Amino acid sequence: MTVESTAARKPRRSSKRTSAAKTPQSSEPQLVQLLTPEGERVEHPDFEIDLSPDELRGLYRDMVLTRRFDAEATALQRQGELGLWASLLGQEAAQIGSGRALRDDDYVFPTYREHGVAWCRGVDPTNLLGMFRGVNHGGWDPSTNNFHLYTIVIGSQTLHATGYAMGVAKDGADSAVVAYFGDGASSQGDVAEAFTFSAVYNAPVVFFCQNNQWAISEPTEKQMRVPLYQRAQGFGFPGVRVDGNDVLACLAVTRSALERARRGEGPTLVEAFTYRMGAHTTSDDPTKYRADEERAAWEAKDPILRLRTYLEKQDLADAAFFAALEEESETLGKRVREAVRAMPDPDRLAIFDHAYADGNPLVDEERAQFAAYQASFAEEGN
Amino acid sequence: MAAQKLSIAKALNESLRKALETDPKVLIMGEDVGKLGGVFRITDGLQKDFGEDRVIDTPLAESGIVGTAIGLALRGYRPIVEIQFDGFVFPAYDQIVTQLAKMHARALGKIKMPVVIRIPYGGGIGAVEHHSESPEALFAHVAGLKVVSPSNASDAYWMMQQAVQSDDPIIFFEPKRRYWDKGDLDTESIPLPLHKAVVAREGSDLTLAAYGPMVKVCLEAAAAAQEEGKSLEVLDLRSMSPIDFDAVQTSVEKTGRLVVVHEAPVFYGSGAEIAARITERCFYHLEAPVLRVGGYHAPYPPARLEDEYLPGLDRVLDAVDRSLAY
Repeated sequence: MTVESTAARKPRRSSKRTSAAKTPQSSEPQLVQLLTPEGERVEHPDFEIDLSPDELRGLYRDMVLTRRFDAEATALQRQGELGLWASLLGQEAAQIGSGRALRDDDYVFPTYREHGVAWCRGVDPTNLLGMFRGVNHGGWDPSTNNFHLYTIVIGSQTLHATGYAMGVAKDGADSAVVAYFGDGASSQGDVAEAFTFSAVYNAPVVFFCQNNQWAISEPTEKQMRVPLYQRAQGFGFPGVRVDGNDVLACLAVTRSALERARRGEGPTLVEAFTYRMGAHTTSDDPTKYRADEERAAWEAKDPILRLRTYLEKQDLADAAFFAALEEESETLGKRVREAVRAMPDPDRLAIFDHAYADGNPLVDEERAQFAAYQASFAEEGN
Repeated sequence: MAAQKLSIAKALNESLRKALETDPKVLIMGEDVGKLGGVFRITDGLQKDFGEDRVIDTPLAESGIVGTAIGLALRGYRPIVEIQFDGFVFPAYDQIVTQLAKMHARALGKIKMPVVIRIPYGGGIGAVEHHSESPEALFAHVAGLKVVSPSNASDAYWMMQQAVQSDDPIIFFEPKRRYWDKGDLDTESIPLPLHKAVVAREGSDLTLAAYGPMVKVCLEAAAAAQEEGKSLEVLDLRSMSPIDFDAVQTSVEKTGRLVVVHEAPVFYGSGAEIAARITERCFYHLEAPVLRVGGYHAPYPPARLEDEYLPGLDRVLDAVDRSLAY
């Protein structure tokens, strides 16, 4: 049994898959790809997709707006409006493709970079900025959009996703859960434990790893000796590597993994092979550790560009569509900019809010002391 | 079941049984909690009666146990997690501190984390390394967590019920060397609130404050002191976070002297916190500095030396004498 064959929804044999299976330890395994970097549609024996022109334009729109939002947030950080920003530049296809595979009742556990997935879940992008501006640690209600809070400690959320998925199975629901994480997080013990628990309990969870090649300055060679997706096999569930810059392939592969989870067949590891075109965060300086040529090579695989090429070649979108989208992007950027600047600092006493659900006399005491201390300045001022 | 006499272990077992019966969302998870009933048999028979879906044997991975419990809580379950021994909690410490404790605040109160983490703790059973530690201060220091420890069967039963009903994460330290001590349990009585301290013995000359396994030692010390004509009040704190400072203050205002006793190392321990707060609150009532009796700033020793390390009757009485000598 090969990894590819276990990942397949339809147990069909093909020469392509057989050839890939001959070299399971290859460091350059074949990616699942449905749209080439040149914008050509190709077929894959195990994963197929049939989207309407509207759906294709929708994916394009999602990616463009997500990139615009990301660029705006980066600019806002440079202008001092945000303390930090973790850009997703280059990872739009992985996030939109996987995000658009989800049903409303599915539940998402993101890292701190899943702005595109949040977009797909209907989370207002301005909600994502509170933590980066420093007014809260997240703040949104995860149950509104079934999109959990950003988790900064890498890999922790893969266990939360697994536990949540165990609960879904206990409830007898056919929802699925997606845990996002990166190549760096794959080195964490929690990720291995999540794989173990999800396999043992057959939890309906999809582990969606965006392998963007760099964990801050650490390349994947410092994280692993075997291609990441192959790790799943050792835990007893399928792993598949998908072209993370191909939105169609990401959608098809995630959809397949989610359906597998819904059928009660347990977890899948999806490794979206992609590239972080920007810095890890705005505090990072990638020029210190990676070559310009590398980025240039990946720019040629740009996820947005390749879908645009396809849409244009197939006459699926006209100039008016692109112009309208450009305008929509600018409107989004403006809205985000204004929302961030209008975001007030929290009330000082918010320090003490929500430390405990059932209250705590120590917190009450310290809050009262702090309030009295603050009030003493007002008295001095009078 | 009304009034009866049973061990702390059995009281916990009965309490967990009642929790499972009362609320279908309550789950028990941990290593060996199922067929074996836990290495201390606290969950004995529960899997048989409630099934593998409610009493869950987990892989041997503490971070995984707590991390998945967080996910289950997010899905609406109320997991009770067993960490097999105190020194084994540290692989889960990250999940407890960076995730479990902070989830409620991070969501501005919109999600709750009703997770109970049971940890058999403390020494005195002749165990090997990592099986006898008292890490309660490490958890009490973390905002978002609450930390409790019963010292008798009745509290074991009721405090577990209350911990399960709490919407905050509770670290529930079980004094393992007292598991087999028997006490009265009235399952129809109205229990004290979870974080209230209780006067376990009235006295007028000095207050001994303790919790968990040390309450018994302090009661024995008070009985011994009585023979010498000294009247010691014993306060069972029951909760290390929050601490019922009002109860400590009331007692100290009466006695004028305070000795805090715990198994954990004195350095940065809960005794330090109590001493500092009580000095602030009751400076003019104190006849002597607050003294502390506890473990040393050394790794928990091999079993043959643990009697030297753990506070016993003599060390408690020695501190009482030092306090009274001021």
